[in-house]
Amino acid sequence: MTSKRVLTGEHFINGDEACTEGALAAGCNFFAGYPITPATEVAETMSRRLPKLDGTYVQMEDEIASIAAVLGAAWGGAKSMTSTSGPGFSLMMENIGLGVITETPCVVVNIQRGGPSTGLPTTCGQGDIMQAKWGSHGHYEIIAISPSSPQEMFDFTIRAFNLAETFRIPVLIMADEVVGHTLERVTIPPAEKIKVINRKKPTESPKTYLPYKTDSSLIPVLPNAGDGYRIHITGLTHDERGYPVPDAETQEVLITRLINKIRKNRDKIIDYEDYFLDGARIVIVTYGSSVRPALKAMRGLRNEGVKVGLLKLNTIWPFAEDLIRKLAKKVEAFVVPEVNFGQIALEVERCASGQALTKLISHAGGGIHRPQQIADAVKKILPELGSKRNKR
Amino acid sequence: MKQKVSKKPDRHPKDELLREDRIPHIWCPGCGIGSAFSSCITALKKTGIDYDRLAVVSGIGCTGRVAGYLNLDSFHTTHGRAIPFATGLKLAKPEMNVFVFSGEGDLFSIGGNHFLHAARKNIDITVICVNNMNYGMTGGQVSANTPTGAITSTTPYGNAEVPLNLPSLAAACGAVYIARWLSLDVRRLAESILEALLKPGFSFIEILAPCPTAFGRRNRLGSALDMIKLYQKNSVIRNGVHPDETVIEEGKKMVLGKFIDTERPTFLDRLSKTSELKSTAWPKKEMAAQR
Repeated sequence: MTSKRVLTGEHFINGDEACTEGALAAGCNFFAGYPITPATEVAETMSRRLPKLDGTYVQMEDEIASIAAVLGAAWGGAKSMTSTSGPGFSLMMENIGLGVITETPCVVVNIQRGGPSTGLPTTCGQGDIMQAKWGSHGHYEIIAISPSSPQEMFDFTIRAFNLAETFRIPVLIMADEVVGHTLERVTIPPAEKIKVINRKKPTESPKTYLPYKTDSSLIPVLPNAGDGYRIHITGLTHDERGYPVPDAETQEVLITRLINKIRKNRDKIIDYEDYFLDGARIVIVTYGSSVRPALKAMRGLRNEGVKVGLLKLNTIWPFAEDLIRKLAKKVEAFVVPEVNFGQIALEVERCASGQALTKLISHAGGGIHRPQQIADAVKKILPELGSKRNKR
Repeated sequence: MKQKVSKKPDRHPKDELLREDRIPHIWCPGCGIGSAFSSCITALKKTGIDYDRLAVVSGIGCTGRVAGYLNLDSFHTTHGRAIPFATGLKLAKPEMNVFVFSGEGDLFSIGGNHFLHAARKNIDITVICVNNMNYGMTGGQVSANTPTGAITSTTPYGNAEVPLNLPSLAAACGAVYIARWLSLDVRRLAESILEALLKPGFSFIEILAPCPTAFGRRNRLGSALDMIKLYQKNSVIRNGVHPDETVIEEGKKMVLGKFIDTERPTFLDRLSKTSELKSTAWPKKEMAAQR
């Protein structure tokens, strides 16, 4: 096994392996996890690669322990990551909240499978999208990204680490089984071409330093354990010193900042690709493994003369709200294929707020949409649009 | 003109390890956590370890507040998860001396599974557990260490369960250092904490401490002083005894002492070696050939 951190070159690997290589290229040096299909290859690849890179791989007793160890390692200065699927993602929820409130940079990979419960362990689902946003208790904002191919598993995992280090928050990679298990060409660029961001460290004297005091970026500059600052980190509502203060005023200040840290920086976080939006009457909004059938459907429809465009969400949370609002004024309908019964579709519908029709194409899981299903759904709403336009 | 004399108030020698700006603390008068905490500071000072190289991790509960009062890198985590958090911290930063200070409800009721595996792997951390036999912070509910028959707010007719014997459990999982003291035994306890902190591998100390407010009151054990006298009268020091002989049960004295002090390669020791291994350590080829 190689002791090279960045495996520059062309590879024929699956999405899970590409995710691992992306993490390593971003500087990941700690992994704690628990085996679960279809995410196990991430852990397996880490267990082979990390020991040769002076990193640490540890298999924990469950996913609760895995995320706890990932948070602890982050405070030890590591770039840390765990990977899991639905059942494990559910178990991680409480400590993801701890990561949010303590502002701990780390990456959590969810290779989604069919749920609820044990569901469909070996096949695709996208049912955890809302859980990624709302799964831990209390109100918070999170960053979740959505790769749609093994190449993006590599590229976006690097970005996930960079976002985690920049915004000091657990960043969720919401991939799915099809993306994780697709085996295809992945190009790894030379190390010097990869942009890697590392967390800022305080320069102020420990005597005057206030760990959770922030500037206009709303992002605190925090030390690692052992840096001589003797910080106190707590999951309780805390003030700028990091000390627990159980009152409404402190809660207001802290939670407002945690929410705004993401909301006000959303333009720096949100990433998408668009196809043929100019003059489009219908826009397919898609992410993850739904992207490829959606693109194929779009091309077929355009060949038939249907004015359809496509919006591919590379980040899911924070949601590309401003963009959907803007588009809703121009287009007549959004079509949202998802391997669930309407999660991103609800967000699209909310942002369209009656100005454009939103049509969900649901899929219960165990596979993904066929391009024809998406094309048929688009064609089916065409007559509805005509009547809507006449009414205007 | 009279010269101004600025007289600094005398500082207690332990204050340097205390977050003085967080005092008063939340613990009730007579609670055993305070003296256990004080013994811990005594031990920390004696280790000679640079304070910037020490980190404390707590879970949730009365004892879980210890991390908040120690002037070290300190982490107050989620309920039951202090050990895996400490595991991650230690593995990512092996040069730090990481210890967990939490209660029995946190470490053994909700967090028991993590204890088993950290001890089994021989993660190089020290776990200090204050066992006050109930959930103090939430008003005194039954825990995994409440004695059979005891009254708590959720066992109003007496506890039907059997408590865990923590030294036995720690020994079965492979802890390299195991001791149990009363919170009253401030010197012996400090000595044990010192030994445990300096010992490579997973070390464990149980502290039997009175909770006069929640546990004592419901079980009519009198004042805090009455309680600690009762503990003292009903305990006996038996260093080196097999941990299985330390079960706390009615009609028997509570066994205190240092029970295990042994050596075993730590997780990180083994990890650095196994990554160099060319073949598997077990089963040996000869063993396979015999079949």
